[in-house]
Amino acid sequence: MKLARKHLLGMEGVSRTEIETLLNSAETFKEILDRKIPKVPSLRGLTAVNLFFEPSTRTRLSFELAEKRLSADSVSISPSGSSSEKGESLIDTIHNVEAMKVDFLIVRHSAAGAPHFLASRCDVAVINAGDGCHEHPTQALLDLFTIRQHLPTFEGLKVAILGDIAHSRVARSNIWALRTMGADVTLCAPRTLLPPGIEDLGAKIHPRLDDLIDEMDIIMVLRIQKERQGESFLPSSREYARHFSLTRSRADRMKANSFIMHPGPINRGIEMAPEVADGPRSVILDQVTNGVAVRMAVLYLLAGGETDHALAN
Amino acid sequence: MRWLIKDARLLDPDRGVDRVADLLIENGKIAKIGMGLAVEGDHEVIEAAGMVLCPSFIDIHVHLREPGREYAETIESGVRAAAAGGFGAVACMPNTDPPLDNHAMVRYVIDQALKYGPVEVMPIGCITRGRAGERLAEFGEMVDAGAVGVSDDGDPVSDSSLMRRALEYAQQFEIPIFTHPEDRSLSRNGVMNEGVVSTRLGLKGIPKQAEEIGIARDIELTALTGGRLHVLHVSSAGGVELVRRAKERGLNVTAETAPHYLALTDEALTGYDTNRKMNPPLRTSADREALRRGVAEGVLEVIATDHAPHPVHEKEAEFDRAPFGVLGLETALGVLVTHCVRPGHLTLETVIERLTAGPSGVLGREHRGIREGEEAALTLFAPEESWVVDPGRLHSISRNTAFGGERLFGVVKALFLGEEMIPSDEGTSSEDRPATMVS
Repeated sequence: MKLARKHLLGMEGVSRTEIETLLNSAETFKEILDRKIPKVPSLRGLTAVNLFFEPSTRTRLSFELAEKRLSADSVSISPSGSSSEKGESLIDTIHNVEAMKVDFLIVRHSAAGAPHFLASRCDVAVINAGDGCHEHPTQALLDLFTIRQHLPTFEGLKVAILGDIAHSRVARSNIWALRTMGADVTLCAPRTLLPPGIEDLGAKIHPRLDDLIDEMDIIMVLRIQKERQGESFLPSSREYARHFSLTRSRADRMKANSFIMHPGPINRGIEMAPEVADGPRSVILDQVTNGVAVRMAVLYLLAGGETDHALAN
Repeated sequence: MRWLIKDARLLDPDRGVDRVADLLIENGKIAKIGMGLAVEGDHEVIEAAGMVLCPSFIDIHVHLREPGREYAETIESGVRAAAAGGFGAVACMPNTDPPLDNHAMVRYVIDQALKYGPVEVMPIGCITRGRAGERLAEFGEMVDAGAVGVSDDGDPVSDSSLMRRALEYAQQFEIPIFTHPEDRSLSRNGVMNEGVVSTRLGLKGIPKQAEEIGIARDIELTALTGGRLHVLHVSSAGGVELVRRAKERGLNVTAETAPHYLALTDEALTGYDTNRKMNPPLRTSADREALRRGVAEGVLEVIATDHAPHPVHEKEAEFDRAPFGVLGLETALGVLVTHCVRPGHLTLETVIERLTAGPSGVLGREHRGIREGEEAALTLFAPEESWVVDPGRLHSISRNTAFGGERLFGVVKALFLGEEMIPSDEGTSSEDRPATMVS
């Protein structure tokens, strides 16, 4: 199977077949990563530029490793502060990067739509590594991959996304992807952290974690940023934790074979208890491991690779 | 010069004129109207069968950017754009740099405009000095210099007490206060309409209540003061209702909307096109419906473009960073004919009235219109002809049209103003246009 798209800008509009193709391909790369020499020549001669306008540790490292394991040449730049503060516009930055003949742009930016803007203005394949409060498609793919490792099907799966939905690109990408795959998505958050019309994306809303915790197959916990208090989205993180934190006692009520995910970084003690993050239901580190395989699959397929092709050797 | 315009549909809804006839312009005046007028030696004959000849349009809400941002627009390029769009007069907003908050600045704009032909430029002065929202500007002095109203457009006057004083003080000069209604504490950091589309796009929304709270406040202050209020760029259904109720109460309130709100909705932003980013933002189809109804029923008596030029290098940016504002003058007629008249939402008569007598009324001017003996101020256009909007060929220095690439029906053929005729193809030779292009 091939992927008939040049860019990966979001999970909105990505079909079930495409998602399955990506996950199947990631499966192959996962095996490669377990080998003694976890490297294949698939993207030899291609160049990837990781353009991180917003700080990131795991996503950036994950992309860099994925590129190196595929033998692509890769460079990472993190323009300090915003490029406009230095007098160069985003479009100029990108035209300069493009002029150096690159094949992939992996873009993280605080402005929603920045990767779309670049994709429409240059000839390079663009992968969205997180844009503002919009989407983070490779995170959703690695979440799906992780789910598939533990559960047989997405169909009818009950997934709760817990926390700051309003400001979360991870939530949006996961809602699109999980709905496409047939899962049942419930959003659990205080009203101030739910964006208007989010139900129209196909998710349900439930304001009380205690009422739904024992029905869920998966709880995805989102990071609560401390500055939300200052903006009056929340009176205090203490009050938030009282109603929405995944505490030990709440986690104990989860049903058998259910598990807990978090895209990181975790605010231990606020959105979840430390012992829950490290506990038996947590697959948080699996998510991180799978990120590399999933990003390899994305790069490989966008470069025109085929899933059933003999990959390495 | 004498022009004989033959077989045009003469359309002046305000004067009840709607018939096919010939019209002779002589010495800057409408000399004669009738069937089969005889051609005399020195007449220039314009065959206009199938075309509409109506009073020239008046846009009471444009930004000409001069002084201060001449790289976006100048008075010269602005009046060329106006003429190309069929506008014989425009009222320009004072958010220049420095702002039009005194006699000299108002006079400067008028004097500049006089150099570039017959299109009339009517400055709107500031409500507050430096548009700082703190102290009233000198209305009387600005009115003496030629200002037709006052506004801090672009920014609301946040201080309710100051707005009250403005509505009181303006009365002695018989000028309207043009209000930009917005509760900034509610719209802060927003870049588009708040709703399911902003949620999908991950962009910060501006709830329509930010506008409606502003309108409601200014209407109540008008009730308090007996002042004269004109509400700029109404974009929401709730805004239309507030204006409707104010009129039912007998308050001296008028209001406008812009062609882009009558044509587009927030769904037009799904590609993050910054040339569709404006404030107030494009709303939902229900709002667009209510705006069309408001225009049809006369709750909104004016269609004004809010022509807001921004250069390519500012608009070619992340959606969050790009400035608010879109061009309007050159596409107004085409957008209205294509999106409102042809689909049957508005009649051509209504559209023409809202571009002519409606705005005259807001400025307290007599509507000249089509009748013998009247000074010629006429626009000739072909409603059934179409053109494709090429941003690179607009007369405006900027390129930020929301309708680039679209085929629009309604082609302006000529503008007659007094002794002058500006054919639509003449102004295209704008040599001083910078060599920037939108891809």
